Amino acid sequence: MQKAVESDTPVTRLHEHASYDPADFEVPTGREEEWRFTPLRRLRGLAGADPLPAGAVTVEVEPAPEVKAEKAQRGDPRIGASYVPTDRVSARAFASFTEATVITVPAEAETTAPTMITVHGEGTDGVAFGHTVVEVGPMARTTVVLDHRGSATYADNVELVVADGAALSVVSLQDWADDAVHLSHHHVQLGRDAKVSHTVVTLGGDLVRIVPSVTYTGRGGDAELNGLYITDAGQHQEHRLFVEHSAPDCKSRVLYKGALQGDEAHSVWIGDVLIEVSATGTDTYEYNRNLVLTDNARADSVPNLEILTGEILGAGHASANGRLEDIHLFYLMARGIPYEEARRLVIRGYFGELLDKIEVGDVRERVAQAVEAELG
Amino acid sequence: MATLEIRDLHVNVEEANGAQREILRGVDLDVNAGETHAIMGPNGSGKSTLAYAIAGHPKYHVTSGTVTLDGEDVLAMSVDARARAGLFLAMQYPVEVPGVSVSNFLRTAVTAVQGEAPKLRDFMKSMRKAMSDLSIDPAFAERNLNEGFSGGEKKRHEVLQLELLNPKIAVLDETDSGLDIDALKVVSEGINRFRAGAGHGVLLITHYTRILRYVQPDFVHVFVGGRIVRSGGQELAEELEANGYEQFVKEAAAVS
Ligand SMILES: Nc1ncnc2c1ncn2[C@@H]1O[C@H](COP(=O)(O)OP(=O)(O)OP(=O)(O)O)[C@@H](O)[C@H]1O
Ligand SMILES: [Mg+2]
Repeated sequence: MQKAVESDTPVTRLHEHASYDPADFEVPTGREEEWRFTPLRRLRGLAGADPLPAGAVTVEVEPAPEVKAEKAQRGDPRIGASYVPTDRVSARAFASFTEATVITVPAEAETTAPTMITVHGEGTDGVAFGHTVVEVGPMARTTVVLDHRGSATYADNVELVVADGAALSVVSLQDWADDAVHLSHHHVQLGRDAKVSHTVVTLGGDLVRIVPSVTYTGRGGDAELNGLYITDAGQHQEHRLFVEHSAPDCKSRVLYKGALQGDEAHSVWIGDVLIEVSATGTDTYEYNRNLVLTDNARADSVPNLEILTGEILGAGHASANGRLEDIHLFYLMARGIPYEEARRLVIRGYFGELLDKIEVGDVRERVAQAVEAELG
Repeated sequence: MATLEIRDLHVNVEEANGAQREILRGVDLDVNAGETHAIMGPNGSGKSTLAYAIAGHPKYHVTSGTVTLDGEDVLAMSVDARARAGLFLAMQYPVEVPGVSVSNFLRTAVTAVQGEAPKLRDFMKSMRKAMSDLSIDPAFAERNLNEGFSGGEKKRHEVLQLELLNPKIAVLDETDSGLDIDALKVVSEGINRFRAGAGHGVLLITHYTRILRYVQPDFVHVFVGGRIVRSGGQELAEELEANGYEQFVKEAAAVS
């Protein structure tokens, strides 16, 4: 089954509520716009009001030689400087983490290696929280990889602050074991002429919900938001994007592609884009495509574009659900290529443009292999 | 010596609404190695249906009759097994496959047909040679399969596959259409190189006699209403050129 539903609620109303205090958000019932797709009973109490036993994740950082990596305590002014939580789980993570990871890239640094942050879940007993801040100084260029593995019930917030003229490339890999639950907000704040390439790869987990958002603080910001997900039987994978164009002459491109297979595989993609009155000259386009490989898998896809000024360069969205095309397979098989291999070629081709966006060779190869292993 | 034998072939096409419609109504034809057969017929007469049925396209259902290659039952084979057995179909409308590069595709296909992976260097060499013979820009190797190719580029690319896969019997469905005269010569030379190889037979489907001046057929068949209504030599093509299909269409209508 496949579905694409427009939401009736204006984008402006969807994201106006923000607070550091979880008590400022009602416990969700599942009827709220931002929770209506998420199976709340599988959140292991994360969205509820009861205290939860502490679980464990270990965070390991391998910084690029040019960057500074440190642990910061609650109260550090850099924490929460760019982002105020916008839902109850995010606020709870903010109120509950014990130690934050802060990565600082000096102005004008051009890093010679990616910074690897590995979050390893040590089990699903108890709930773990995290916070990460990446600050990229003016005119610097760097790459950060967030790699999530193991089993956990984990909620966290990631602040990505890109100063004027800087460029950040981020890959967030959700390569969890099948029993993990992970809810995460990634907030990108782009300075003048700053650029981000943000790529989410979600392969594992029982329930994964990633909420990337972007705000611009100056002209000329450029955000590229990419996502690749493979949703297997029983998995719920949800990606909710929010791009808030408030500065003039900024650009955003959203490209998310998924493949679903198996009973009760469920993916959700929400693409909220708001172009405010002040955001003249905005250029935005978002695209979501889902390859539904078996019956009883369901892909929800909801683009939501709200434009409050007439003076934009371009704004559009497209969303499509489809199956593997028989005619593609026929053409390859008519050249002697066996069915399984033809299918692999077509699926790898489908994800090819996203794999190409992953600059870190090791990570790209790992994702490519995971795609083949999951779908082969 | 290779022989493709088609006997009393009846084929239905599955229409968009799922209904079945009979298109081929008893086709008989033998194509032997060393022979070139031209099939000519009006639009909608079922020429591509014949080609697709031989290749095993899932939308075309054989309701009766047989197709054998050297005595082996082709209709019992999967699409890929037919290709590996030595059949090749150059399609009238080659398919665009996003994200699959030409070189990766060709290498995978050659590996499948030969049963083992060619050495990368040998493969690259033969691919570059075949591309240059067909005046295909080497940059095409890294393009996505047929994506954004012009009509003529797609046709040249079909002949490139013909030369690299080296089948026993090639079915060429309007490989000449959409080509300007220079491209037609290049493509005809490619077909002639294939024909010159030992044990190769060709079934050339076309609308126009133009290509038959470069690729001379041993037999010409007129195809109307889902069957062959007349067979002859080169002179039959000339008769068609002069008089068109009208007479044959009338005859066929009178019979059925
Ligand atoms: N997939 C299909 N779905 C529905 N009808 C089809 C399909 N394929 C073929 N047909 C019908 O079958 C008939 C024969 O088509 P076919 O493509 O075999 O003709 P053709 O002789 O190759 O014509 P042309 O010279 O235009 O290439 C036509 O009436 C066509 O509309
Ligand atoms: Mg045709």
